[in-house]
Amino acid sequence: MSASLPATITLAHGGGGRQMHQLLEQIILPVFSNPWLEARHDAAVLELPAGRLAFTTDSYVVRPLEFPGGDIGSLAVYGTVNDLAMCGARPQYLSCGLILEEGLPLATLVRLVQSMQTAAQRAGVQLVTGDTKVVEQGQGDGLYINTAGVGLINHALDIAPARVRPGDVVLVNGDLGRHGMAVMTVREGLNFETPIESDAAPLADLVLALIAAGIEVHCLRDLTRGGLASALVEIAETAQVHIRLDEKALPLHPTVRAACELLGLDPLHVACEGRFVALVPADQARPALELMRTHPLGAQAVLVGQVSPAETALLTLTTPIGTSRRLERASGEQLPRIC
Amino acid sequence: MKFLDEYRDPQAAASLAQAIHRLITRPWTIMEVCGTQTHALVKYGIDQLLPGELNLAHGPGCPVCVTPIPLIDKALEIARRPGVILCSFGDMLRVPGSGEHLLAAKASGAQVRLVYSPLEVVRLAQAHPQVEVVFFAVGFETTAPATALAILQAQQLGLANFSVLGAQVILPPAISALLDFPGHNLHGFLLAGHVCTVTGFADYESLAQRYQVPMVVTGFEPIDLLQGIYLCLQQLETGRVRVENQYLRAVQRLGNPTAQGLIWQVFELESRQWRGLGEIPASGLRLQDPYRQFEAQQRFGPVSTSPEPPSACISGQILQGRKKPWQCPAFGRGCTPSHPLGAPMVSSEGACAAYYHYHRQADASRDHGRALKD
Repeated sequence: MSASLPATITLAHGGGGRQMHQLLEQIILPVFSNPWLEARHDAAVLELPAGRLAFTTDSYVVRPLEFPGGDIGSLAVYGTVNDLAMCGARPQYLSCGLILEEGLPLATLVRLVQSMQTAAQRAGVQLVTGDTKVVEQGQGDGLYINTAGVGLINHALDIAPARVRPGDVVLVNGDLGRHGMAVMTVREGLNFETPIESDAAPLADLVLALIAAGIEVHCLRDLTRGGLASALVEIAETAQVHIRLDEKALPLHPTVRAACELLGLDPLHVACEGRFVALVPADQARPALELMRTHPLGAQAVLVGQVSPAETALLTLTTPIGTSRRLERASGEQLPRIC
Repeated sequence: MKFLDEYRDPQAAASLAQAIHRLITRPWTIMEVCGTQTHALVKYGIDQLLPGELNLAHGPGCPVCVTPIPLIDKALEIARRPGVILCSFGDMLRVPGSGEHLLAAKASGAQVRLVYSPLEVVRLAQAHPQVEVVFFAVGFETTAPATALAILQAQQLGLANFSVLGAQVILPPAISALLDFPGHNLHGFLLAGHVCTVTGFADYESLAQRYQVPMVVTGFEPIDLLQGIYLCLQQLETGRVRVENQYLRAVQRLGNPTAQGLIWQVFELESRQWRGLGEIPASGLRLQDPYRQFEAQQRFGPVSTSPEPPSACISGQILQGRKKPWQCPAFGRGCTPSHPLGAPMVSSEGACAAYYHYHRQADASRDHGRALKD
């Protein structure tokens, strides 16, 4: 780190003058170094092949900035590339808007942008344009990040909630609720014998492998805020179907399960950042699961539910004792500011 | 998970349900006192396994639900003052007083904090000596020992900026009040397992005899609840009356003497208003003389004694077990967890919230299915 930079962020770092130039040249640009940023232009000029493009944006306000298994930097990359992946797109380029709070230690900023770059490399995307602003102390939680992303769609499948049909099955690529509980436990100072680590991870590779193998994917959805239940209620409503989940089949890490029991949270409403559901025709469940299980992010992939016709859109859960209950969207803020 | 999966075993549940069907010969009403039991009954669909002759009445064991509106208004008034941090448990923050709730006050600038333990509030008061830190203490005998411990710690530390707005109540007088209501129609009780972990159940034995109603100390898992119902029905069908303990793995007859010692070292009984049930003698916990300086009402003025404003909400009848949530005209229409008219729709222990969150599709439910189809 250059000696000419102070130990903490000041308002001058967002002022457009010499200090801001120093921050960008000495801290941020070297980390993300690529031809688009080297051009020092107002916008990145991208060469794109003909075809369909997916485009999305998301803002990240998680508190604390660093948590077991990740931080706001990696989250800001994975969250956005996963939204692209859920459209069946291969993520290509990201933008990055940083809103820094006066007083943020420079060392923290360095760690977090390095984490962003590591995550971007893992996800196979380039961070090609960005912006930095500074707000007064007390007006932010250290650092907020907005990322937007574009991805290319190289197949003919139409992947959308409205494509879900009776006879489809619901597959999930791993255990539920890790990210939300990882953030919750560190924020509330709860200590478990086995620490819970966030599951944040880039999902495009696994998703595109399913598509490349010829699996007729009807719908994909990453299980972020609101968890599995909220994602599937939305799909059931859009497709006007009844989705039945089998509680016994739902994969939960024992510590996550114990923490949810302890705190009175429903793991079906807790966020993940590296999990998704794939809705595929029942006859393709086996090859889809076999393929998912060969990938490190799908080793625990499992079938958790079925889609049937319905007059009224519905998500229900068959309990271990064989009864059934309706599942709703998460209500209110179970876990404030987790992504 | 050990000590959990065995209490959710489908075969055991099916055979207990069959035993209940074989046992019952006539209609009975059993009240589960505790809101967590209500939630478990509806969440696991246990009511779907039970015979039609058995009516489960949902009791007043939801501390947030029985906290009177003037007390919530007092908490709001304190929270809105500059230089004050008001702390409480999560559910309490979402229950509306006569106007807004504490989370809304927080959104408009009040310092309101959610805590998991009263001891966190003591630490907060230590860390902010210039700020008045107030704990809005709700709960039954389960939370009272921790509140007592916080007060003892605050006294040891000589904290002048820590106080407690007390809404702690105890359950036996409320059960007594329910059984004193004319025409109550309650035949037996499932007692709240967690409360009895602290209090034991010796006190309930005289209550059972006085009112001639069977009582079973019951846990919160599906097998616990089915066993509790079975044991209670067995007493009803054979004409016996006593207090039985289903929750053997957690509850002893005399409870936890250390926890009880803490409660009675710090608190004494007083008459208290319960939302929906009215004034119940010797049902509230107030600070004894040596600890009176920690009473928030001493610093911020007394709670108003104005009567509850009229409302479409029938939470009084819900909390007395006289009506089911779906029998309320506002249920699911004017009253939802996002726009609650009454506390039972807010709390994770409230009966209305249980029915709202876990109501089943019409074809999988009994009578209430029709009312819930919206």
